Amino acid sequence: MGLKCIHCGEDCGKHPVMWDDKPFCCHGCKTVYQILNASEMEQYYEIQPMAGIRVEQADVGDKYAYLDLEEIREKLLDFSDGGVSKVSLFVPGIHCASCIWLLEHLNTLNPGIIHSNVNFPKKTASITFKDEQISLRQLVELMASIHYVPEITLDQLDKKEGTDANRDLLIKIGIAGFSLMNVMLYNFPEYLPGGEQLGETFTKVFGWLSFLLTLPVVFYSASDYYLSAFKGLKHKIVNIDVPITLGIFTLFVQSTYEIATAQGVGYMDSLVGLVFFLLVGKWYQGKTYQALSFERDYKSYFPVAVTKIVDGAEEIIPLSRLKENDHILIRNQELIPADSKLVKGTANIDYSFVTGESIPVPKRLDELIFAGGRQVGSSIEMVVEKEVEQSYLTQLWNQDSGKKETESGLYTMVNKVSEYFTAAILLVAFSAGIYWLFNDSSLALFAFTSVLIIACPCALALTIPFTFGSTMRAFGRKGFYIKNTEVIENLDKIDTVVFDKTGTITLNRSMKAKFIGDTLSEDELQMIKSLAANSSHPLSVAIKENIESEDLFEVENFQEIPAMGTSALINGKRINMGSRKFIMGKVDNDPNSTNVYIFIENKVAGYFSIENTYREGLAEIIDNLKNKYDLYLLSGDNESEKKNLAPIFGSEANLFFNQSPSDKMEFVKKLKKEGKKVLMIGDGLNDAGALLESDVGLTIADDIYSFSPACEGIIESSKFSGLFDFLKFTHSAMNVVKISFIISFLYNLIGLFFAVQGTLSPLIAAILMPISSVSVVAFATFSIQYLSRKKLS
Amino acid sequence: MTIIIFLIIIGILVAGAFLVGFIWSVKSGQYDDMYSPSVRVLFDEKIPEKKKNSLNPRK
Repeated sequence: MGLKCIHCGEDCGKHPVMWDDKPFCCHGCKTVYQILNASEMEQYYEIQPMAGIRVEQADVGDKYAYLDLEEIREKLLDFSDGGVSKVSLFVPGIHCASCIWLLEHLNTLNPGIIHSNVNFPKKTASITFKDEQISLRQLVELMASIHYVPEITLDQLDKKEGTDANRDLLIKIGIAGFSLMNVMLYNFPEYLPGGEQLGETFTKVFGWLSFLLTLPVVFYSASDYYLSAFKGLKHKIVNIDVPITLGIFTLFVQSTYEIATAQGVGYMDSLVGLVFFLLVGKWYQGKTYQALSFERDYKSYFPVAVTKIVDGAEEIIPLSRLKENDHILIRNQELIPADSKLVKGTANIDYSFVTGESIPVPKRLDELIFAGGRQVGSSIEMVVEKEVEQSYLTQLWNQDSGKKETESGLYTMVNKVSEYFTAAILLVAFSAGIYWLFNDSSLALFAFTSVLIIACPCALALTIPFTFGSTMRAFGRKGFYIKNTEVIENLDKIDTVVFDKTGTITLNRSMKAKFIGDTLSEDELQMIKSLAANSSHPLSVAIKENIESEDLFEVENFQEIPAMGTSALINGKRINMGSRKFIMGKVDNDPNSTNVYIFIENKVAGYFSIENTYREGLAEIIDNLKNKYDLYLLSGDNESEKKNLAPIFGSEANLFFNQSPSDKMEFVKKLKKEGKKVLMIGDGLNDAGALLESDVGLTIADDIYSFSPACEGIIESSKFSGLFDFLKFTHSAMNVVKISFIISFLYNLIGLFFAVQGTLSPLIAAILMPISSVSVVAFATFSIQYLSRKKLS
Repeated sequence: MTIIIFLIIIGILVAGAFLVGFIWSVKSGQYDDMYSPSVRVLFDEKIPEKKKNSLNPRK
């Protein structure tokens, strides 16, 4: 190990960039240090050592020119009065205390910035600045220059944040908690021996006070439950909120009656406590990963603006104004926003995000290029064939979106249980009522309401939030992030797993290069490495990384011919490296493999055969999954790797190659029609349709904050080997839920024993209901914690 | 004994004041970010005065 970069902590390698006696891994990191040093902001490195972010491409060029456009600026700004503007920017790089410090001291770097504030869980920075001194574009460029690159996407422009549901919930909990503490105080004397001797005035005052304090709880705090119950009934589903609503209203009416007739103080404390516990459960379950987005669609992937050519002049327009037949200019590393035809330049399209394939594909003039690819190399000009909305990939995406939302939540286990449960308690309540009607009619109504009160499934309703909420947290700690708790239940039901190949089970950025041909000398290897080091083409990178030579030669006359190869003079010798066509003048005759040919001095030395490497532990995971699930593999690639994958998957029958994005979607659809529960694991835009269609869609991401298609879960690529454990754990979680259900039923039986006899006193309710809730919550949380420590490594 | 009623009313008022405070704190966004205030409080207030246009490393 060499020195570590002062800025980002990466290994500096053999030749660190030195400045101010400090080592840096690259010039980018050094530049940031210089900027901060000039403003005397070294404190950045003291709060958290090596906190910096390494950025591969520091030069932003005209990338942010679109921020000068009035119509984009207007949409981005939260507020602007002409002199002072405020903007909130999503900065995925925020990760530590130093980040907060630096971003909140931006005004030291530019006095035009008045104030900045970081929201850490959301990874946003809201910045107030003076328009006169710094423009939005300059601000964003300033942040990019210190490697805190804000992510500005189309969907940010379209929707501004609505009211925060989390804030509402907190207020509801606050009000319920306030009422609970007070109401408990008023009801307490009743439970003590001699309490009934309390004067009538006190009973009355206490009763009415509890009534008043309960009003906001019943009509505000608990309102979500009525809404949910109502929605469920409208869809002809008896969800868990139906018996809860029934219980709350019975409690409220019964207690109000008792208070009004001066019989006592009623069950208000139980009622408020019930609502309070339920809300806390909801809050616990609702903890989500704010900075992660599971809902992203094509809009957050495509650029905000494009360069359009009008009468020979360049003009930057927002993507929304892009029309058919527009003439557009795409520069190096820019995304192609719409299906277009190439009219000028050499296109070399990197579809790594679409297909997972990292080797750029050359395109000829007049060829149609699908949206989503990234140009590598020189600028190209294109004519738009289809508008963004109608492009091939975006259409695939738009097709079924929203469908899942309506379907989800309807068939969950707790709803099935609550259906029977509601029927059962209604039956018991009516039987008890009718029985007492004939035996002691004064008790009939009381017995009826008592059953509804005590059977209110508080503990039952708390089981799911706490079990799954804990599971979700346990998964998050291990690098598996899920959208909501329903995903856990759906994961448990899975019986079929469909993998995408490229990028999912193969690694994107690391390839094996095997040399086939003459034996190469040390010098020749070093020459090849030196040449490869000059090109950023993924194949060159792969070759460079596979040659273990330490030093590099000086390279002269370096030339890179897009789609062909590279050539240069090294030590006075000519060396060429590239496609078969480039080296031998003949087209590659084996389309099923990727070969890079080498020409040194005067002869062809041989070729590097490039192969994908599989994710670590792949064979083991597949082996484990094979026993429990039907496995399928879908790949957009040719069959070259069939022979490698067949032994891992066991048979060739379930391996499908040459699958287009819509083929993948249809395939998942077909499996679902056969009654299978499908888990789709993919990573790119071309899987978006299949991910949407599947029961659970997971994406694998190297950087969880970077763009990923809409899905139910994101798994860190380094944690892929734990996939089987995660799936198995969902089963344990379901078992915990079932046991908790049984515990809460037992409590209900005890309560019903009193209720049907008409002897349910407020005291029994006040003891039984909290105890059942607390014990179920404790059981669920602790058992998940214990299990996760044991089973998730 | 009726003093209890008086005490209870005071109790409600005090608790109610805290409730109002809580609602205000939620609404003003104090619960939106539970992490950064905990580190922000530890930052040194003083930032060394800026030397304009000096690009020389400080030794």
